[in-house]
Amino acid sequence: MTIRPDPTFHASPKLAMEAPPENFAYTLLLSPDFSKSDALAVIDVKPGSPTYSQIVHTVTMPNKGDEFHHFGWNACSSSLSPLSGHAFLERRYLIIPGIRSSRIYIVDTKPDPTQAKIHKIIEPEEIFKKTGYSRPHTIHCGPDGIYVSTLGGGGKDGTDGPPGVFIMDCQTFEVLGRWEIDRGPQTLHYDFWWNLPRDYMVTSEWALPPQFENGIVPEDLLSNKYGHRVHFWDLSARRNVQTIDLGANHQMALEVRPAHDPVREYGFLGVVVDTTNLEGSIWTWWREGGKFHIEKTATIPPEAAPKEQLPPLLQGFGAVPPLVTDIDLSMDDRFLYVSCWGTGEMRQYDVSDPRKPKLSGSVHIGGIVRRTPHPNGKTYAGGPQMVEISRDGKRVYWTNSLYSTWDNQFYPEGMPGAEVMANAGANGGLELAGDYWVSFPQGYRAHQIRLDGGDCSTDSFCYPSA
Amino acid sequence: MSAADWTVAGLWLAVVASGLYHGANPGMGWPLAVSAGLMEKSARALFMALWPLWAGHLLAMLLVMLPFALLVTLVQWQRPIQAGASLLVIGFGVFRLINQRHPRALARIRPAQLGLWSFAVAIAHGAGLMLVPIYLGLCQAADLDAGHAAAGRLINTNLGMAVLVSVVHSAAMIAAGGCAAWLVYRYLGLKFVARSWFNLDAVWAVSLIVVGTIALVISLADASHA
Repeated sequence: MTIRPDPTFHASPKLAMEAPPENFAYTLLLSPDFSKSDALAVIDVKPGSPTYSQIVHTVTMPNKGDEFHHFGWNACSSSLSPLSGHAFLERRYLIIPGIRSSRIYIVDTKPDPTQAKIHKIIEPEEIFKKTGYSRPHTIHCGPDGIYVSTLGGGGKDGTDGPPGVFIMDCQTFEVLGRWEIDRGPQTLHYDFWWNLPRDYMVTSEWALPPQFENGIVPEDLLSNKYGHRVHFWDLSARRNVQTIDLGANHQMALEVRPAHDPVREYGFLGVVVDTTNLEGSIWTWWREGGKFHIEKTATIPPEAAPKEQLPPLLQGFGAVPPLVTDIDLSMDDRFLYVSCWGTGEMRQYDVSDPRKPKLSGSVHIGGIVRRTPHPNGKTYAGGPQMVEISRDGKRVYWTNSLYSTWDNQFYPEGMPGAEVMANAGANGGLELAGDYWVSFPQGYRAHQIRLDGGDCSTDSFCYPSA
Repeated sequence: MSAADWTVAGLWLAVVASGLYHGANPGMGWPLAVSAGLMEKSARALFMALWPLWAGHLLAMLLVMLPFALLVTLVQWQRPIQAGASLLVIGFGVFRLINQRHPRALARIRPAQLGLWSFAVAIAHGAGLMLVPIYLGLCQAADLDAGHAAAGRLINTNLGMAVLVSVVHSAAMIAAGGCAAWLVYRYLGLKFVARSWFNLDAVWAVSLIVVGTIALVISLADASHA
């Protein structure tokens, strides 16, 4: 505990944007064949630094087969909530779950990111025993502790009971137990986020572990058995208050991105693929008259391609689906970035009018068929995937891997880890930075990125920007 | 003014000063009033939020003082009660010093339930306990004035005193908190929320110990004079 609030905690999104820019990008490295230990890479992103866009430190884990995916901070701007009294926590520990092993690592980034080290390891048994959940995934720092979403329930294959959210103590990192009191019809889980002063949470659906751990199951996809619903919760009562079905053809409702400004009661949701036409889609949800509403507000078409250029999984379709696998909203809630992992495109939408997204920028890199190289001439395997935006909205970072077994199905030729950055124009437009290219060690893929001092998918705020 | 008058004046000053201290502490809720004002984009919403914060704090003070209001009617036990109350305050201060964690149950209170939140926070932090030794001192002073009145009258006097102390303290609290909220909302800006927030947990715990110790010393000194 500190005497003053952590200088990286900001009362409003506007103040977060005005704060000094990031110096380091933390990126998760995974060994797709489980032959090596997964790791956390610390990358220098300070312009002008002699080690710019290079890994300056690596924390290698003592186990193998964890499969790192998403991670998050122990504390963020939500600590300034006048209700919770956690203003004196530090943004210091990274909470890194292994979605295959269900193990959680706590990494201490102080006194300096280049000396980051393991602080604590929570073994899978503790999570199984205390929560009945498995495969921990998304991390958010919340009002009464660290919230962790899970993808699996109990039992060996994670299908014994529904997955959900559990809470960890934000100081001792002890697993406290399940968050939900009444889950309603919710049986699948993926992402979650909230509006703290308005006291609601939104959760999404991917699939149960047998549907993803050994690769995508085409029969399940074509019979619309992946998640296609979105759930709205009363945050402090821990109850599901509304579930909306997007329609069974809208398979895999993944990232949930609420507006950062708590006055704005809307947000976005990305859907990977529409099984009737292979489109990817963006949905806008909002609350009006005490009820939640959601509608499809943007679609991205598939791109036709000759059979011989497609992996076996897609040959029957003669087209590449865009595969919207990640979205991220800028801190000022103005630009939504959309990863099209299949077609190899990063799209930027102006969402000033949230129910009418306007395409305002785009860059192509990688892609199943396009295989667009980086401006520096290097080959970028895979497509744009986990995307993170700097707090000031000027830099957009992304990596290329989706999930070990799925990477192999969509990009069977292999996928060396890659991380790039694009500069965003003040009024839209996107351009890849020629000098930002992170080389990862042989045999590793790169997944989620977190920026020091917070980023656009970490911090939630209790005060509006106005 | 006589020495006794000075004591009474000093005690009332302590009631007001502790109110100002509680109110200025962001942990007692003034940032919630700022948030309400900004979320609704209206200064009126800010002032409307102060009411439940005030009421919750007032209720917490009363709830803690009422048992003592009834106890001090046992005149012959007055000194042990005072010493006991002082020890209780010291003990709670020591507990807060060792365990500075916030009860997780506070997070279950809805952002809109400002009154309940204010009440729960004041109870959890022992804000009312801090007033108890001061309150007992005032009761004693009033009792000296009145002589040994009938128990029934004494209860009324003590209850009246508890209400008066709570109201004065809470009024000072909300005046300080309201000023802080208004200054931040109107002039200083949100940056001040993070900048003004000092970790008062340790200071708060020490305040409890100091108040309890002073009260204990005074009551022991009185006992030796008697």
